[in-house]
Amino acid sequence: MVRFAERRPFWAAVIVLAVAVLLWAIFAPWPEALEDVVGRKKIFLNALFNGITLGALYFLVASGFTLIFGLMKNVNLAHGSLYMLGGYIGYEVADATGWWLLSFLVSFVVVGAIGVLLQLFVFARMEGQDLKQTLVTIGISIVIADIMLWIWGGDFYQILTPDWITGPIELPLITGISRRSGEYIYLTYPVVRLVILLAAIAIGIGMWLVLNRTRIGMLVRAGVDDRDMLSATGVRIQRVFILVFAFGAGLAGIAGVIGGTFQSMAPGEDIRFLLASLVVVIVGGMGSIPGAALGALLIGLAEQFGSVYAPTYAVVLTFLIMVLVLAFRPQGLIAVRR
Amino acid sequence: MAVIEEAAPRAVRWWDVSRIPVQYYVLGVILLILPAISGDFVLRQIFSWAMILGMISLSLMFLAGYGNMVSLVQMTVAGVAAYMVAIFGTSAIDTISFGWPWWVAAPLAVLVAVVFGTLSGALAVRTEGIYTIMITLAIAAAMFYLVRQNYTLFNGFSGLNQVRAPVFLGVDWRAPVPFYYLTLVWAVLAYFAVVYVSRSPFGLALQGVRDNARRMAALGFNVTAHRITAYAFSSLIAGIAGVLLVWLNGQVSPGTIAVGPAIDILIIAVVGGLAHPIGPFLGAILYVLLRTFALDVLVAFGLGGERFQLLIGLGFLVIVFFSSDGILGLWRRYRERARRDPVTGEARDG
Repeated sequence: MVRFAERRPFWAAVIVLAVAVLLWAIFAPWPEALEDVVGRKKIFLNALFNGITLGALYFLVASGFTLIFGLMKNVNLAHGSLYMLGGYIGYEVADATGWWLLSFLVSFVVVGAIGVLLQLFVFARMEGQDLKQTLVTIGISIVIADIMLWIWGGDFYQILTPDWITGPIELPLITGISRRSGEYIYLTYPVVRLVILLAAIAIGIGMWLVLNRTRIGMLVRAGVDDRDMLSATGVRIQRVFILVFAFGAGLAGIAGVIGGTFQSMAPGEDIRFLLASLVVVIVGGMGSIPGAALGALLIGLAEQFGSVYAPTYAVVLTFLIMVLVLAFRPQGLIAVRR
Repeated sequence: MAVIEEAAPRAVRWWDVSRIPVQYYVLGVILLILPAISGDFVLRQIFSWAMILGMISLSLMFLAGYGNMVSLVQMTVAGVAAYMVAIFGTSAIDTISFGWPWWVAAPLAVLVAVVFGTLSGALAVRTEGIYTIMITLAIAAAMFYLVRQNYTLFNGFSGLNQVRAPVFLGVDWRAPVPFYYLTLVWAVLAYFAVVYVSRSPFGLALQGVRDNARRMAALGFNVTAHRITAYAFSSLIAGIAGVLLVWLNGQVSPGTIAVGPAIDILIIAVVGGLAHPIGPFLGAILYVLLRTFALDVLVAFGLGGERFQLLIGLGFLVIVFFSSDGILGLWRRYRERARRDPVTGEARDG
């Protein structure tokens, strides 16, 4: 960080200034002149928090996608379908047993098992044939989507949250000053979204620890860098592949439960989240977990701020970010070292 | 894969019709007399639609087959042209439509589509192979969400309807028979344009770029420019098809350019075969037949008619699994097997 400041003093100053302005905008009560121009602070803070939680959800979906891509170099366009399948399974489990947490476990295991089957029967058979793999996963996603439509129909499903995380909580963030009493008004925010945010951060840190501090993580990183050399040293790389695929698919399943909890499940969500993971991974850098985190945060924020401040052009903003990244850094913001 | 023909031994006059293979004559005659033997529904909903889908898939085949760039944005390019016809021309939403005559609206629409396709291509060629699919898919999906959310220009969810094919030269081009000939002419033009371009110096250079981009760059070819030009050319075909598409359906809505149709175009091209320009048309006619009659077939087997997508998906999976170059590949393999001597396994002449 110090080296960056030494090399590029101008950009460092700009970044510090931007962070300072952002912190001020979050914590200080806004003067009325600003509220007249930009709108109420409550809207801004809500968009900010919604963006961050949406980014957390995108991170969960995209990190599995990018992990699979980084290691095996295959683009699993059925990833959105796995996400949606996880959501439906989570709904069924939560509906039948009433245990919200159990639905995560079941979803992870079932969708992970489907990932193992995919790796064993599809990807292992056509290793290195990019186009064929992509086409096959497109076919699989069409088939899965139609089977899901068959079973669950076109209705909206929402997984009910347990009592202990339902309802709002007051955060120590000022949204404004009450005109009558002169006291500060604080932001109230749904607990479930904060829980999801914390869970995503925990999963992200856990993934980083596993990748960087354990033996299996070492194997995965070595495989990302040079999988031929890794298999030449005697590692049974097919097993690593199956493991990573199962984990990535399971993560999509978990993300499905989360998405089904704080949004809803309906046909078409699979494509929405496939697109989100594609854009996140393109922006962040293919195969990089920190890249997925950064990309997910950017896209989540862009989507929420866009839908608040420029409703008809929200998607264009997301797209614009992708275009800019492609134009100036085609390898993504945080590229994997080669 | 290579389509490079050997040079003809003597100078060939282009009007020398005796050199045209007999298949072309048979197909041409059948296509020309089709209106006499088939009803309006078949003409409009099967053949015209298949030609249009075939043209859009042809634009994808050109990119994928000769340039190795699998672009999922072709349906979106066609959709942009369709929207522009509705916006520049006339539609039921007269607050949006400019009401310009068709001979301004249609060429302008194709032009906008070409610009859009070229820009998308310029983005997509910054990456290669698998990334191209991802980026073009992202562009297609972004465009879909844009037209669905934007009401000022694209009229959001319901889209623009009552877009009519024009009446000129005293012919009502909305009627099934004239419209059939209109699509036939454009499809044939597009087909021969692709055949011609694939044998032109540009097309040969593009195939060189497909086979070894680095070597072509070392030989002094501008690889990126060739690729972007390929996108522009394919956008031209897709744009014309888009104009025909909006005239056929009479309306255009976000559903026209959703991710599903974009993937359908890829399916059509792959199932038909990416090795030759006739492939997409084969795939399109198969797709349209399935789409139109799958319901009856499924009901006959006691299944729900709405499982059509499942049928398409499974069929696509089977074809991709067993023959990565589609129906054309199956046909070629059958021909090779038929030519081989059944006893010795060696190739026979003829």
